[in-house]
Amino acid sequence: MPAVEVRGLHVDLDGTPILTGVDLTVAVGEWVTVIGPNGAGKSTLLRAVGGLLPAPGAITLFGTPSAALRRRDRARVVATVAQSPVVPPGMSVLDYVLLGRTPYIATLGRESTADVDAVHEVLGRLDLTGFHRRELATLSGGERQRVFLARALAQGATLLLLDEPTSALDIGHQQEVLELVDQLRREHRLTVLATMHDLSLAGEYADRMVMLASGQVVAAGTPTEVLTENLLATHYRASVRVVLGAHGPLVVPIRPTRPQ
Amino acid sequence: MTGPLSVARPAGPLSVARPAGLRKRWLVAGLFAVLVALVVGVSLGPVSLPPGSVAAELLNLFPGVHLDSGLTEREIAIVTELRLPRVVLGLLVGGLLALAGGCYQGVFRNPLADPYLLGVAAGAGLAVTAAIALGGAGQQGSLSGLPMTIPLAAFAGSLLAVTMTYVLGAAGGRRGSPAMLILAGVAVSAFLSAGQTYLLQRHADSIQPVYSWLLGRLATAGWHDVLLVLPYAALTTVVVLLHRRELDVLAVGDDEARSLGLHPQRTRYLLIAAASLGTAAAVSATGLIGFVGIIVPHTVRLLAGSSYRAILPLSLLFGGAFLALTDVVARTAAAPSEVPIGVVTALLGGPFFVLVLRTARRVLT
Repeated sequence: MPAVEVRGLHVDLDGTPILTGVDLTVAVGEWVTVIGPNGAGKSTLLRAVGGLLPAPGAITLFGTPSAALRRRDRARVVATVAQSPVVPPGMSVLDYVLLGRTPYIATLGRESTADVDAVHEVLGRLDLTGFHRRELATLSGGERQRVFLARALAQGATLLLLDEPTSALDIGHQQEVLELVDQLRREHRLTVLATMHDLSLAGEYADRMVMLASGQVVAAGTPTEVLTENLLATHYRASVRVVLGAHGPLVVPIRPTRPQ
Repeated sequence: MTGPLSVARPAGPLSVARPAGLRKRWLVAGLFAVLVALVVGVSLGPVSLPPGSVAAELLNLFPGVHLDSGLTEREIAIVTELRLPRVVLGLLVGGLLALAGGCYQGVFRNPLADPYLLGVAAGAGLAVTAAIALGGAGQQGSLSGLPMTIPLAAFAGSLLAVTMTYVLGAAGGRRGSPAMLILAGVAVSAFLSAGQTYLLQRHADSIQPVYSWLLGRLATAGWHDVLLVLPYAALTTVVVLLHRRELDVLAVGDDEARSLGLHPQRTRYLLIAAASLGTAAAVSATGLIGFVGIIVPHTVRLLAGSSYRAILPLSLLFGGAFLALTDVVARTAAAPSEVPIGVVTALLGGPFFVLVLRTARRVLT
């Protein structure tokens, strides 16, 4: 039973077709990264899988049709880290991560000691113990990204949707966050579905990749199968060399011509 | 809204990290403020009464309590029939306006949201004016004896106004920026006030009662007005306070609230309706008293933290105390005549608003 199964997904936004017949399968414990040029529909695909867009009948999560799940129940299965999450002014790290427990707290109730314990446990796991009193807005980009992840983990979901998890980070913190995600995935058998722009980095961490262009899947497979000079030239209109690295292909942009 | 405030919490090994929320000492402080406002509000006036005796007389209102306050029959009547209803109404209306302000700020994620800036009060005002001018309520120059349905008319007016503001504010984009929403509120207020002016001009005989009501009308309050506001106040308070945790979740935005399992739009509509009902009840009882919904929640936020779990209940308590004490100023500053309470809150609120604007600049740009 796959963690995510998408069959013939169509999404229109304000009358414009964004996704036109997307198929995607993510096995339990797998890391799949969706790539594609700007406007290909990557974020839309992630939003649909996360239940933020209506996609009747197209999406199945762990064997259950997504549309049949109540929002609370879906939130216990899928956790999303948005591309640039809102940082509420004045909110502490502890309170922010505690928001992840929302699907377990009665609609008009309050959190239990077990919820607070769960949050402290997650904070400890992500080396954030000393941060719980800090105001989220005062943290650095790398620290914040860890807090966003902590909130997703506090949700207790086994499917993580990461929309551009490294776009706000420098190269060192990009690696740090992705290593952390991969470690958590192995320890807790999490499934990861991500979108990324940095192709080399994407290829080093993903088990499989899916390339979207104009709302359709144009390539899918291992990073070596998807990150080819041909495919990138066709769909990104990019001039690149693909070099084989120790953990997958590395994509190097090459200036096409040099003006005289 | 940032900085040293979190330092105020006790640190050290004894304080296990707790989630933000209503701290006991702030709750005690809020209740104490209400008690002080009650005793001061009842003691001061044309006939000054000793606060100790007033406190004793207030305790006598509880069944089974018999204290000798040393007040004469006439003084006891001043306490229970004249001043107490006025102070209680001030507590109710101030609490409601502050609670509604805090609620709107959370629902719209907008630090400037307030029953007045959103046009809600103007909508309620127009509806009450229409009821007086067209319905003949409040003839003989007084509004006492308003029918219980007046708050419902005000509620309809306030809902209409907040809907107009919401739609107009969203016209600038799918999400509408905080500044757009406030500009829309100003436009809606102006539009509804124009309607009110037109109505008054056509029904000149109702100018006097409407005008005295407009300026804030705690002066003639009796127990009838308290009873008029009470059911709506209770409903608003219960609905808003029950959702205080959800308002904290809404702070991360609708998409994320949805992926956490909430129905943000449903919650938003319910809370807008509740806050507008509270505003309508307040406006129909006491007229237009501005700025309470901005001053009180922001002060509470600075003192007790940014969680709505603290802001909302404390706004209710401190808002009530604030308005009851402002009323003391309004009736003693220029004694023997009274300054309309709406004028006093505006004098305090104007400068305060500039402060809020300065801290909110980041959000608005």
